Amino acid sequence: MGMTMTQKILAAHAGLEKVTAGQLIEADLDLVLGNDVTAPVAIHEMEKMKIQKVFDKDKIALVPDHFTPNKDIKSAQHCKIMREFAMDQEITNYFEIGEMGIEHALLPEKGLVVAGDVVIGADSHTCTYGALGAFSTGVGSTDMAAGMATGKAWFKVPSAIKFVLTGKPGKWVSGKDIILHIIGMIGVDGALYKSMEFVGEGITHLSMDDRFTIANMAIEAGAKNGIFPVDDLAIQYMKEHSKKEYKIYEADEDASYDETYVIDLSKLKPTVAFPHLPENTRTIDQVGDIKIDQVVIGSCTNGRLDDLRIAAKVLEGRKVAKGLRVIIFPATQAIYLKAMEEGLLATFIKAGAVVSTPTCGPCLGGHMGILAAGERAVATTNRNFVGRMGHVESEVYLASPAVAAASAVTGKISGPEELGL
Amino acid sequence: MKAFGRVHKYGDNVDTDVIIPARYLNSSDPKELASKCMIDIDKDFVNRVKPGDIIVANKNFGCGSSREHAPIAIKASGISCVIAETFARIFYRNSINIGLPIIECAEAAKEIEAGDEVEIDFDSGVIYNRTKGTKYQGQAFPEFMQKIIKAEGLINYINNQ
Repeated sequence: MGMTMTQKILAAHAGLEKVTAGQLIEADLDLVLGNDVTAPVAIHEMEKMKIQKVFDKDKIALVPDHFTPNKDIKSAQHCKIMREFAMDQEITNYFEIGEMGIEHALLPEKGLVVAGDVVIGADSHTCTYGALGAFSTGVGSTDMAAGMATGKAWFKVPSAIKFVLTGKPGKWVSGKDIILHIIGMIGVDGALYKSMEFVGEGITHLSMDDRFTIANMAIEAGAKNGIFPVDDLAIQYMKEHSKKEYKIYEADEDASYDETYVIDLSKLKPTVAFPHLPENTRTIDQVGDIKIDQVVIGSCTNGRLDDLRIAAKVLEGRKVAKGLRVIIFPATQAIYLKAMEEGLLATFIKAGAVVSTPTCGPCLGGHMGILAAGERAVATTNRNFVGRMGHVESEVYLASPAVAAASAVTGKISGPEELGL
Repeated sequence: MKAFGRVHKYGDNVDTDVIIPARYLNSSDPKELASKCMIDIDKDFVNRVKPGDIIVANKNFGCGSSREHAPIAIKASGISCVIAETFARIFYRNSINIGLPIIECAEAAKEIEAGDEVEIDFDSGVIYNRTKGTKYQGQAFPEFMQKIIKAEGLINYINNQ
């Protein structure tokens, strides 16, 4: 029996010829990531360890992105702990707010992750880097501490579900619609403890930004990781962004999968996840008349340049509905700058949206766009749990940048077709 | 190692956002986190919970964010064990790593009710419902994880190596 793509990467990093699903292994880490919420807890745990120095100062990434620019005194204290640790340990990849971004958009952009890597991050959306053909997964702060000290982590080798993507997606169907469709199909625990391996010729129609969005939300189906094969587009991305050597792993032809789903992308429609789980999906023609109070476009899921370009295409020459708050967050400083140069930010501001510096902010109900009781938001973010964006009686509807931007114009959940686009 | 206490019962997909909402993540102090534990799903939990109490839930407990603050808040509330049909994987890792006992058992998760008094023997994996007189066999941990739990968490385990 052969190995899946994920199993091959894990075997290589554990120094083993072969691994099988369920096996417990210890793997070498290529990168350990933390942010201003999770790293302070990890730093506190590391203080209790006999090993007091990080295993490799070039293989740690610390990104203050959740409650930054510092939202209050307590958050400022946490950022200070992380900053001082970074200075003390001479961490190469610490990004102060002027050069930062939302961690999962930032790390690939800075070339810190390439195909074949094993990455852990004390943030659940660390699975994003599977778009590049890396094994990456979210862990907690104690795992991060142990990873920083030893350069290793324990894993239970996952089995996998194969998603064969075929066909070309329609005009307004993006990576977000594809992953929401999949989560709606298999449920929020549909891939629990497993890998989601995406294959098929349909992938050739997906931009890198689409792939990042899909891999990013693998965790919303409970998966350990989501991963794409490495094609010319991924290689081109890595060459443009990284000096690191990449290594391509391919699943064996006789690899075993728990399940296989074939998804014809040409049949998908823009998809929205209703409160309070990402699995509560409906296609845009089934949403009904849902008035909204806020639109958020951004996050580690959908704050990349392609996402902003799509939103701008919809908002160009149009106005935000009266009384609606529309908040747009480019995911990194580089994306922010490019969006400015391309005139996207001007389009947003002229339409009546606000544009913010990169931050996780409202996605997790941190700051910069908190909802009051009874309010509803359409967001390009990744979770719509109870109270996720603010008050426990508020609601979040997850959608693509195209749907979020169209909804910003109409004031209710709408697809771009409603605007004649 | 044994646990005994009264049960607080929840349903499917209890996420880490309702266990400890992000608006309280500007603290990492276990006591402060415990004072807000479960606030968005069960406001009265912090008033009801007593040392030794047990949380029982259905599938995918602890889904969502990787915040270790969630198991930390539960442990600091005095909860001695969480029983669920299944756990989300990051929550599962985090609980083992910080020494919060958890156990998977579909039948126990289904049948045990709020307020029941339950006893758990971690060595055998046996869950005994004293109120109803029913017994369940929970899934025992692999040896490697048992070692981490015995060391009271991953950090001690690594220090001892």
